[in-house]
Amino acid sequence: MSLAVDSLVKRFERFPALNGVSFTAPQGAFLALLGPSGSGKTTVLRILGGLEYPDAGSVRFADLNWLDVPARERRAGFVFQQYALFRHMTVAENIGFGLSVRPRRQRPPRAEIARRVEELLALVQLEGLGKRYPNQLSGGQRQRVALARALAIEPRMLLLDEPFGALDAKVRKELRGWLRALHERMGITTVFVTHDQEEAFALADLVAIMNAGRIEQYGTLEDVRRSPKTAFVAEFLETAPLKKADASRHRGDGHPG
Amino acid sequence: MKRWRSPTSDHPLTSIALALIAVGVVAIFLVLPLATVFAEALRKGLDVAWAAIDEPDARAAIRLTLLTATIAVPLNAVFGISASWAIAKFDFRGKQLLTTLIDLPFSISPVVSGLIYVLIFGLQGWFGQTLRDWDVKVIFALPGIVLATMFVTFPFVARELIPLMIDQGRDEEEAATSLGASGWQTFLRVTLPNIKWGLLYGVLLCNARAMGEFGAVSVVSGHIRGLTNTMPLHVEVLYNDYQFVGAFAVASILALLAIVTLVLKSVLEWRFADEIAAVHQH
Repeated sequence: MSLAVDSLVKRFERFPALNGVSFTAPQGAFLALLGPSGSGKTTVLRILGGLEYPDAGSVRFADLNWLDVPARERRAGFVFQQYALFRHMTVAENIGFGLSVRPRRQRPPRAEIARRVEELLALVQLEGLGKRYPNQLSGGQRQRVALARALAIEPRMLLLDEPFGALDAKVRKELRGWLRALHERMGITTVFVTHDQEEAFALADLVAIMNAGRIEQYGTLEDVRRSPKTAFVAEFLETAPLKKADASRHRGDGHPG
Repeated sequence: MKRWRSPTSDHPLTSIALALIAVGVVAIFLVLPLATVFAEALRKGLDVAWAAIDEPDARAAIRLTLLTATIAVPLNAVFGISASWAIAKFDFRGKQLLTTLIDLPFSISPVVSGLIYVLIFGLQGWFGQTLRDWDVKVIFALPGIVLATMFVTFPFVARELIPLMIDQGRDEEEAATSLGASGWQTFLRVTLPNIKWGLLYGVLLCNARAMGEFGAVSVVSGHIRGLTNTMPLHVEVLYNDYQFVGAFAVASILALLAIVTLVLKSVLEWRFADEIAAVHQH
């Protein structure tokens, strides 16, 4: 179930969003799309999730022509930047939504859905909050509900758009470590978008540095940091808050700097 | 004695004066005429007023008005939802044009709206001969009245929903799709619950106007007593016949409908205030 993205091109009305984006990632990889805003990283993520369709290029995943699979059949768990929780549903209804909209034959019985929701609430450490509404939760709690909702459909791929962007620094660090641990436990191929290199380096195994609709450099954290291939990458990383630190020390521990 | 005043509040006299003006205007231009309608209707007693309502032509007018609203309002609700959905959730060429067109009925004189239908479906109109061959009557019949009412009341639901749906964005729909929901499931379980208060409000306004519409319906109806007269048209006929009590009796039913609409709306807003706030908060 490796992921192979080949020469994606996407044009919006006024500007080109992607000018040929290619990369591959092995099954279970944790990949960060890192770049300034407007570099096309969210567009790549939305194409993987089936929310946009590229003008050219191909995506293969799980031995499927991924672009031919309709969004609702991809089972790509998408966590939106603003979480996009269903505001008129309780937390439990939010998490159970993906199971409850399955076709009748594949739909688990009500009790089974309730049990799975409880499991997921425990997994994201929100036990007892199932009856609350999203607007009664803190930002960090909403984030975890969004994640639990995406995990409920047993996703084949996890897609996160600026997952911690709206959270304060302390909560961000906690959730980061927690997400990394969760990924190691579940082994789902995960792609996440961020403009924060500290976050990218803290979480991901592989980093694609994007600029103006292209990938400037793609590789492991060590490679990218040790030998930036283009002037853009060098300059972009130069602004990193931990530029003088040793990259390997920060890998995956969730508490850089 | 020093009195503290917040820097943003005006002099007490100013606010009192403004309040008095507002109350005065409301009393003179809104409450007084409304009260007059009921007073005139009851001038010769409740029995006489009731007799004016409980006679065949009046009953026919009430039936026709209710029937027209029953057809026009649900259809306009469906069209309004479709149009707002298309405008708020999709990008396409001509979107701006569609948005402008939706407002067209508000900017056209109702008389013109009625005449359009006479031109299209009337005997001398474009489809007049065809319709006659098929033995279908549109003008001076129920279909024409419904069409004219729908045209005039089309913007109410759409105008209420478009800003609401644009404000709510597409995120929740996209989330539902990525979780495996079909388009119909997404609509029923995500979109509709989020817009239900706006929809209800639009439907109430649409209904009030559908029952009260005079100009456009007057042109296409033909004023056949007991057959194609709606309540507002019936009021006019009675008034022109110097049957003032009858006219005001039927008018007071229309006025009552308007009051019920307003009360219903206020009750709903009060009863579901928490839920409305939750939906608007993001």
